[in-house]
Amino acid sequence: MSTETDVTETLDVKGASCPMPVVKTKQAVDDLAEGDVLEVVATDSGSMSDIDGWASGTDGVELLEQEEREDGGETLYVHYVQVTE
Amino acid sequence: MSTDADETAESDGPAAADAADAADVDVAELRARVDELEEQLAAVEADTADDTNSMVIIATKGTLDMAYPPLILASTAAAFGWDVTLFHTFWGLDILHEDKSKNLQLSSVGNPNMPVPNAVASLPGMDRVTTKMMEKKIADNETATIEELIDTSLDMGVEMQACQMTIELMDYDEDDFYDGVTTGVGAATALERMADADIQLLV
Repeated sequence: MSTETDVTETLDVKGASCPMPVVKTKQAVDDLAEGDVLEVVATDSGSMSDIDGWASGTDGVELLEQEEREDGGETLYVHYVQVTE
Repeated sequence: MSTDADETAESDGPAAADAADAADVDVAELRARVDELEEQLAAVEADTADDTNSMVIIATKGTLDMAYPPLILASTAAAFGWDVTLFHTFWGLDILHEDKSKNLQLSSVGNPNMPVPNAVASLPGMDRVTTKMMEKKIADNETATIEELIDTSLDMGVEMQACQMTIELMDYDEDDFYDGVTTGVGAATALERMADADIQLLV
C-alpha cells in the first residue's frame, strides 16, 4: 500500500495455516465498517491464492493488493482487504 | 372490366378487413403473452435472487485424518457466507463428541502413509504412537486442532447435525456433544438439505 494510513486494522495470522487465515480474515472483516481496510499478515504461502479466491467469491469485500515481504528471514504474505458494503 | 374491378374491390375489402382483424388479434395475443412471460420471468428472478451458495457434507469417519476435511471445508465455506450443514453419522459422530473429538486416532494398519510396516503397525499401542506423531506435526505446523475448527465452525453458523439413529446405535447421549450441535435428525433431513444444496459431499 502506498500509505500506511489507509489501513484501518491489522490482523496478524503469522504461523496459522489453512483454513485459519481466511476464516480469521472473514471474522475480522465482520467487525469493520464500509470503506475500512484490513491488513492481513500471514506466513502461509497458500494464503495468496486462498485470500484472493475468498475475496472474489464473497460479497462485500474487495482485495486491493497482495504483497510478499521479507522480514527477519521469513516471508510474509500481506493482503489488503477493503469492506465495500 | 368494371365488374371485375368492382369484384376485386369487393373481395379486397373484406380480405383487407380480415387481415387487419387478424393483425389486431395477433398483437393483442402477443401483448398478453409478453405480459404473461414477463410475470413468469419476474417470479423466476425472485426465486433465484437468493444466490447464497450452500453445501452439505456427510461425515462418516472418526479418525483424526478424516475429521479434518469436513471441518476445513465447512469453516472456509462459512467464511464465504455460504449456508453449511455437516451431517455426522456412524463414526463421524466422534467428531462432535466433546470428549472423543479430543482423542481422535489415526489407523496405522493398512495406511501406506505410515512410517511403519503393517506387521509393526498391528502391534498393540501403535495407533497411539502414530497418532502422537501426527499430533506433534499438527502442532508444529500450527494447523488448527479439531476442537478449534469445531468451535470456529459453530461460531460462524455452520449447522452441525448428529444423526439420531447412530447416536443410539453407538450408545451416545445427546449431552455428549458440543453445545450447538443439532440432534434428533435423520436421513430425510440430510436428503432434504442435499436436494437444495449446491455442493454435496460424502466423507
